[in-house]
Amino acid sequence: MTVTGKISAIRGAGPAPAHRRRLLDQDWPRLLRAGAVLALGQVFIALSGMPVSFDRRLLIDPVLSLGYLSLLWLPLVVGYWVGREQVLEGMAAYTRGGRDVAAGAIAGLLGNAGLTLLVLGITHFDIRDPLVNWSPQLLDILEFEESVWLGTLIWPAIGAGTGALGGGMHWAGSRTSRTTVTVLLSVFGTAVLESVITDLTQGFHVEAVSDWLYGPKRGLTYPAAIAVAATAVGVMTGLAAYRASPARDGRTTRGNGAATVGGSESARPAWRRMPTRRAMNLVLTVAAIVVLPLFLGRLTNELLANVGLFILLALGLNIIVGLAGILDLGYVAFFAVGGYSVAVLTSPGSPRFDPEIPWFGALFAAMLLAGLAGLFIGAPVIRMRGDYLAIVTLGFGEIIRVLLLSDWLSGTFNGAQGITNVPGVEVFGLATVRGFEPRSVLYLVLVFCAIAVYVSWRLENSRIGRAWMAIREDENVAEAMGVDTVSAKLMAFVTGAVLGSFSGAILSAKVGSVFPHSFAIIVSIVILVVVIFGGMGNIPGVIAGAVVLIGILGGPNQPGLLQEFAEYKILIYGALLVWMMLQRSEGLIPNMRRARELHIDEMNQDVWLRAQAAADDAHNEGGNPRGGRL
Amino acid sequence: MLEITGLHVEFGGLHALNNLDFTVEEGEIVAVIGPNGAGKTTFFNVVSGMVKPTEGRLLFQGRSLLGLDPNKITARGIARTFQNVRLFNNMTVLENVMVSQHCRTRQRILDALLQTRRFRTEEALVRDRGKEVLGFFGTRLTGYRFDQPASVLSYANRRRLEIARAMATSPKLILLDEPVAGMNPVESAELTQLIGKLRDEMGYTIVLIEHDMSVVRDISDRVVVLDHGEAIARGTYAEVSANPQVIEAYLGQTTDGS
Repeated sequence: MTVTGKISAIRGAGPAPAHRRRLLDQDWPRLLRAGAVLALGQVFIALSGMPVSFDRRLLIDPVLSLGYLSLLWLPLVVGYWVGREQVLEGMAAYTRGGRDVAAGAIAGLLGNAGLTLLVLGITHFDIRDPLVNWSPQLLDILEFEESVWLGTLIWPAIGAGTGALGGGMHWAGSRTSRTTVTVLLSVFGTAVLESVITDLTQGFHVEAVSDWLYGPKRGLTYPAAIAVAATAVGVMTGLAAYRASPARDGRTTRGNGAATVGGSESARPAWRRMPTRRAMNLVLTVAAIVVLPLFLGRLTNELLANVGLFILLALGLNIIVGLAGILDLGYVAFFAVGGYSVAVLTSPGSPRFDPEIPWFGALFAAMLLAGLAGLFIGAPVIRMRGDYLAIVTLGFGEIIRVLLLSDWLSGTFNGAQGITNVPGVEVFGLATVRGFEPRSVLYLVLVFCAIAVYVSWRLENSRIGRAWMAIREDENVAEAMGVDTVSAKLMAFVTGAVLGSFSGAILSAKVGSVFPHSFAIIVSIVILVVVIFGGMGNIPGVIAGAVVLIGILGGPNQPGLLQEFAEYKILIYGALLVWMMLQRSEGLIPNMRRARELHIDEMNQDVWLRAQAAADDAHNEGGNPRGGRL
Repeated sequence: MLEITGLHVEFGGLHALNNLDFTVEEGEIVAVIGPNGAGKTTFFNVVSGMVKPTEGRLLFQGRSLLGLDPNKITARGIARTFQNVRLFNNMTVLENVMVSQHCRTRQRILDALLQTRRFRTEEALVRDRGKEVLGFFGTRLTGYRFDQPASVLSYANRRRLEIARAMATSPKLILLDEPVAGMNPVESAELTQLIGKLRDEMGYTIVLIEHDMSVVRDISDRVVVLDHGEAIARGTYAEVSANPQVIEAYLGQTTDGS
C-alpha cells in the first residue's frame, strides 16, 4: 500500500462517506505474495497427480471433473483471502468495493501463470524421472486437449475469473457470499458423495432420486446440479428469513454462542429451559442412532462402523493425551493387543491356543492383556516428560508390531501371515455379528462407543479425572497438591489401553483376520490427528473429529466417503492439521476451557465491544444502559 | 512440629542450604526472610519434597519426611503455595480446590463408573469443602467465580486461590511463598489479616517467605533470616531488624564513609 493509500485508508474511518478506492490502488506486495503462493500451490497440486487421477471422475456431467476442480478451488480461496483489504483495526474502516474483485482477479491471474509455465515446461523439457506426473496426460488436461496456446493462455484467464469470484465475495456482502459458498459446497458435496447418496437412496427405497441426480458417469446432470443449487438457495433464504423473524427475537442471545461467557442476566430464562431441551435432544439423537442403521445401505453402515472403531480409539487416546496430557505416539500398541488377543483366542486358524473361546470371553482377556500392556508401557515412561516421553512411546508402539511380526513369536502370532478365520461375534445366541453384515458390526461398535463415552464422561468428572487434568496443567504442582501422579498416570494408560483394545477386538472379528501391518505407526498418528483435530480433552470434539476425518477421508486402511481421495489421504491429513494448528488450534469442537485459554483476549475484547455497543444504544434510545445485548 | 537439623542442599557444588537448623512450633507464624538467592524457596522445596536434601534431618510431628514424594508429604499435612503463582489455569476455580483434596479422598474408578453412594457422597463433600475454603476469602472467589477458569482471575485473586488450594488439602502446616508479592498496599494489608485468621480460626501453623517487611512485622511471631543458605539470625521482628548481621546481609558490608 502506498503512503497515500494508507492515509486514505485512515481517512475512511471517519463518519464521512467511505472513500472510494481506485481499482489498481492495491497492496501490490501482498498481491504478489498471494500470487506466488497460488502458483506454487497449483503447480504442487498438478504435479501431485490429482488432476490426472481425478480427471475421469465427473462432478457435473459433461463440464466439470474432479481433476479440474482440484486446480480451480485454489484461486477461488486465494482470491477470497486477498480480496479483503487489510486495515488497521480501529484505525480505518474497511470499505468493500470493486477493488476487492480486482485484487482477487490480479492474484488469480498472477498465480495461474504458474500453470502456464508448467504447460510450457512440459512441452519443452522432460523431467519425468524425478517428477512422475510431469506427463503428457497432465499436459492434455492442462491444454483441455487442444493446443499449447490454449493451455498457456486460458489458465491465467481462468485464474483471473475464479480469483475475481473469490474477491467478489467481499464485494457482494456477507449474505450473498454465504449463499454462494453454500451453493458451491452443496453442489460439490452432492456430486462427490455420489456413491453414498446412491447407497442411502437404496436403503430408503427411493433409488429414483439418485437415478435422476446422477448421470451414467457418476456426475451430477445439469438439471440435478441446478436443482441442488436452487435447494441450497432456498434453504439459505428460508434460514435468513427465520433469523430475521420477530418470533425469534427473544432468543437472539443464544445465537451468540461462546459470547455468553459469564452467563449474563438476560440469558437466564433460556438456560433454565436448557435441561429439558437437552434431554429431549439426547433422546432423539440416541433414537436416531439406533434406528438409522436399519435404513442405511451396506456401504454407509460399513463406513460408520469404521468411524465407530476410530471413535473408540480416539476416546481412549483422549484420556491419555487429552486429559492426562501424556503425549503417547504408540497408542496403536493397545489396538494391536486387543485385535491379536481376540484373534489368537477365538480363531481356529491361530497356531496356538486350541480350545477356541467365544468372543466375549476373548474380549475379557483382551481387556486384561491391554491393561497389562498399559502398565508395561506406562511404567518405564512415567517419569519422563514431553519430547522424551513421546519418543519412547513411539518406540513401544513399533516394538509391539515387530514382536507380532517376529519369527520368535510366530508360533503364537503366525508372523507376517497373520491370523485368519477369526469368527464373528455370537451375541448370546440372539444374533451374530459378522464382517460381511456391516449393520451388525455397526450395532456392536455403537454399544462399545456408548460404553467408551460413558466411561470418559464419568471419569472426567471424578477424582481421577481432576487428577489427570491437574497433571496435564502442571505435573509438579499436581504432585505438591497431593496427587499421586505415578498411579494417576498409570491409570490413564490402563484406561486408555482398555478402550483401545475394544476397538481392536471388534476389528479382528469384523475383518476376520489380523496382520501385523494393520498396526503400523501411521495408525497411531491418525488417531492422534483425530484427537487434535476434533478438540483435545473434549468428548464431543473427539467424536466429531473421528466422524469428519475418518468418515470423510477414511482411516489408514479404511475407505472414507471421498474414496477418490484415498491416495492423497495422508497429504490432506497433513494439510488439514497444519491449517488447524494455525487457525483453530483448540480443535473442531473445543473444550470450553481450552478455547477460553487460547482466545481469552479476543473474548474479553468482544465482551467490551458489546458492552460499548449496548451503552451506545442505550444512550441513543435513552434506555437502560445494560439492555439485553450483552 | 517441624524440626530440621543440619540441612544441606547442594546443586552441583553450589550450597543452596548450608547446615540449616530450623524449628516451628505448633500454632506459630514464622517468617523466613533474606536477600535474593539466600535459599528461602529451596528451603520450601525441601520441606515440600520437591527437592531432595543432600544431608540433614527433617522431622514433621516427630516423623521423618526424608525420601517421601511430595504427594505423601502433602498427605502428612504440609501444603504450600508458589512464588510465581502456579494454578491449574484451565481448570475452574472450584476444580482447583477440589483436585487438591485428592489425598483426602478415597473413591476409586469403579465408584465413579457405577455412581456408587460412596462416590456421590464424597463428591458432594469435596464440592462443599471446596466452596467452604473459597468462602474464606469473602465473595471474591465464590458465586459465578466457581465455574470460571482460574486463568481469568485477577492477579490478587490468583494468589488467593493458591492459598485456598493449599487450604483444601487440609494441612496442619502451610508454607506461603511470598503471599503478597505484587499486590497493592490495600490488598496486601487485607491478606495479612487473612493470614492471621488462617492461624487463629483455622488453626494452621504457618511459615511464610516475604519481602514486604510491613507484613513480616505485623504477623510473624518469629523471624528467621537466611543468607547464603545459612540462618544468620532468629528472633522477633524487633530483635532481628536490629541485628547488625542482618542489616549487613541486606544492605551489603558497610565500608568507611558510606
